[in-house]
Amino acid sequence: MCLGIPGQIVALTDPERMLALAEISGVRREVNVAPVASGPLEDLVGKWILIHVGFAMALIDEDEAAATLQALRELGEAQAELDAMAAGDAALEGGQ
Amino acid sequence: MALKDERVTLAHGGGGRAMRDLIEDVFTSVFRPDGMEDQARLQAAALAEPGARLAFTTDSFVVDPVEFPGGDIGTLAVCGTVNDLAVGGAKPLWISAAFIIEEGVEVALLRRIVASMAAEADKAGVKIVTGDTKVVERGGADGVFVTTSGVGVIPPGRDLRAMNIRPGDVAIVNGVLGDHGAAILAARGEMALSAEIASDCQGLGHLMEAVLVTAPGARAARDATRGGVAAVLNEMAEAAGVAIEIEEDALPIRAEVRGMCEILGLDPLYLANEGTLVLFVPEAQAEAALQAMRGTEAGRGAVAIGRAVAGAPGRVSLRSAFGGSRIVDMLVGEQLPRIC
Amino acid sequence: MRFAEEFRDPKAARALLAQIAGVADEIGATREAPVRIMEICGGHTHAIFRYGLDKLVHEGIEFIHGPGCPVCVLPMKRVDECIEIAEKDGVIFTTFGDAMRVPGTRGSLMQAKAAGADIRMVYSPLDALELARRNPDREVVFFGLGFETTTPSTALSIQAAAREGLANFSVFCTHITVPPPIRALLDDPHMVLDGFVGPGHVSMVIGTHPFDFIADDYGKPVVVAGFEPLDLLQSVLMVLRQIGEGRAEVENQYARVVPEHGNPVSLAAITDVYETRPSFEWRGLGEIEESGLRIRDRYRAFDAEAKFGIGYGAVAAEELAEGCACGAVMAGRAKPVECPHFGRGCTPDDPLGALMVSSEGACAAYYRYGGARAAAE
Repeated sequence: MCLGIPGQIVALTDPERMLALAEISGVRREVNVAPVASGPLEDLVGKWILIHVGFAMALIDEDEAAATLQALRELGEAQAELDAMAAGDAALEGGQ
Repeated sequence: MALKDERVTLAHGGGGRAMRDLIEDVFTSVFRPDGMEDQARLQAAALAEPGARLAFTTDSFVVDPVEFPGGDIGTLAVCGTVNDLAVGGAKPLWISAAFIIEEGVEVALLRRIVASMAAEADKAGVKIVTGDTKVVERGGADGVFVTTSGVGVIPPGRDLRAMNIRPGDVAIVNGVLGDHGAAILAARGEMALSAEIASDCQGLGHLMEAVLVTAPGARAARDATRGGVAAVLNEMAEAAGVAIEIEEDALPIRAEVRGMCEILGLDPLYLANEGTLVLFVPEAQAEAALQAMRGTEAGRGAVAIGRAVAGAPGRVSLRSAFGGSRIVDMLVGEQLPRIC
Repeated sequence: MRFAEEFRDPKAARALLAQIAGVADEIGATREAPVRIMEICGGHTHAIFRYGLDKLVHEGIEFIHGPGCPVCVLPMKRVDECIEIAEKDGVIFTTFGDAMRVPGTRGSLMQAKAAGADIRMVYSPLDALELARRNPDREVVFFGLGFETTTPSTALSIQAAAREGLANFSVFCTHITVPPPIRALLDDPHMVLDGFVGPGHVSMVIGTHPFDFIADDYGKPVVVAGFEPLDLLQSVLMVLRQIGEGRAEVENQYARVVPEHGNPVSLAAITDVYETRPSFEWRGLGEIEESGLRIRDRYRAFDAEAKFGIGYGAVAAEELAEGCACGAVMAGRAKPVECPHFGRGCTPDDPLGALMVSSEGACAAYYRYGGARAAAE
């Protein structure tokens, strides 16, 4: 349900109608930014948003994203160490 | 006589002087067939080599819009027919072209289409030898429809059929996937998306010849048009009674095509291509086939995307980067954009 | 950062899978006695199948695919009503592509289009508004379909039409809300669920609190999740940890997009334009109280129900094909392959039940991504 795609606002197109141009992997589409327009519209340019059916439904919180990724990365590294240890154990056992 | 009208009218289909002017000025002056009879009379010598076989194919082309980034309906019509012959191992020789034209179509548009066809035919080394035009009332067709048939010759001993594929064979594509489908979606404008994506529309005759010289053991090839790479892989797996596994990470897909697919909820594996083929080749000749492809204009982006394996006959599966896999089935109808 | 590919890293996925396996073992989850986690949202179902997550996680974890696919639960009668409007003189009927193939009792919108109705697929209600501006002599109707994620877009479009005085634009409102069917599932005495992966994009609009009742009233953990594979795996791990620690809370894995209290502009637009219907029918689940929205009187001029005199009339529950297991599948009591019609009388080409209709329906996803072949083998 509810396909939502991250995109970046690159320009305002029709401030009166709350319309801006968003870019998603090199594809551009006009989107309505009303849901994320809490301050001056110009401030939105450069911001990352979550787009659903042509509306910017949320601003992406870059700090939260970074925090989630950092936690995932640490998890990955910890696991890699565990794997390495397990591999070492297996090698030792294999050698006996 | 030179055609002065700016637009095609029903008079141009009426069998009189107007029709003759249209045909001579717009079509035959460019295609230059040998003679103006109701049939092409061709030398059979090209076909006469013992053991050679005749390849014969036909295809109709409708596309909206008729002109799009990377080509037009004429490019499509010639490339499509050339490719149908080429992937079967045939050397394309002759093409027929029939046009159904809606009244009101600009003559200048017809001239552009014809020029595209002549240029593609030149590139592919084929000759457009016969043809036909009909004009229908407004609403009876959508702009221009083109039907092309092609004749080619398959040299003795060459046998490229999907049923030849064996477990272990490597699947190769000649370049990025989905460009045509994405380009048409963008060009139609219905979804109000803009992106710099051009159709991959191109002839594959020279590429196939190069491959078959360096990798003569190549088993089978198909051009991945409607239904995309997913559809041809399914057809090939079914015909050969093998399973096919492809690697998600290996699939060459442009960022813009990916972006468009994400926005509209489409799967690029099912997007149409018009100059992209899937080739199966024994592993020992895979590298040679890749190198041969990369040496041709149409094959610079050639990569291996997977292989045939022993397994449930007809099953195509795709492995994701972290080991998960899913079935890549045939679609029921065409892909529709979705929001959920 | 693009906020997508970064969340598909295989190394982190392996780590998450190992941790999931560890916790699953700790809490004694086995293939015979699995932990059943419902992903409410069809988008999550799609991602699970697309990345093969169901086969990668510990065998003691079973995903139950929830009712969160607005296309699957669209009643046949509503499709009939769409067609009735679309066939009227002068109407341009616009819809998301999703709804085109959903069968009504007399065919789909796709078939109605083939028969001559002017039905157009659009990406956004904004595109329908634009069509209305460009075609002042035509009536442009937008089929407002979807959950809380989509509802603000049609509410904002109706507000825009009202501001512009765009009298030839209207919305055929079929918006529905997520919490009521979840409560209905939890009230089912045969309910077998142990926890929930909550709908990320619905929550981006309504916040996480509307799901508090799942934890508070029913004692089940909920983790609101994003849609990339790492998001889903991390959320599953969070649900398992809650189970292991005996907690039942609403946690937010998707904090980069989901604010605790949702989006104020969207919520205000929904309240301004829509009100709750007494009840609405969900295909496969039946009538559910206060689960649908309709357009308030003050925006009556933009309400296609009023404009064309086609209201939502609750009819007797739709006749389901005999033995159709959609309800049981949605409640987690049956798997798609256990339905007598699955892959036989009911396929994506010719769906009988709700869950085969959309590519996000559990049955269609099962069929498309391997269940059908696996069942046949």
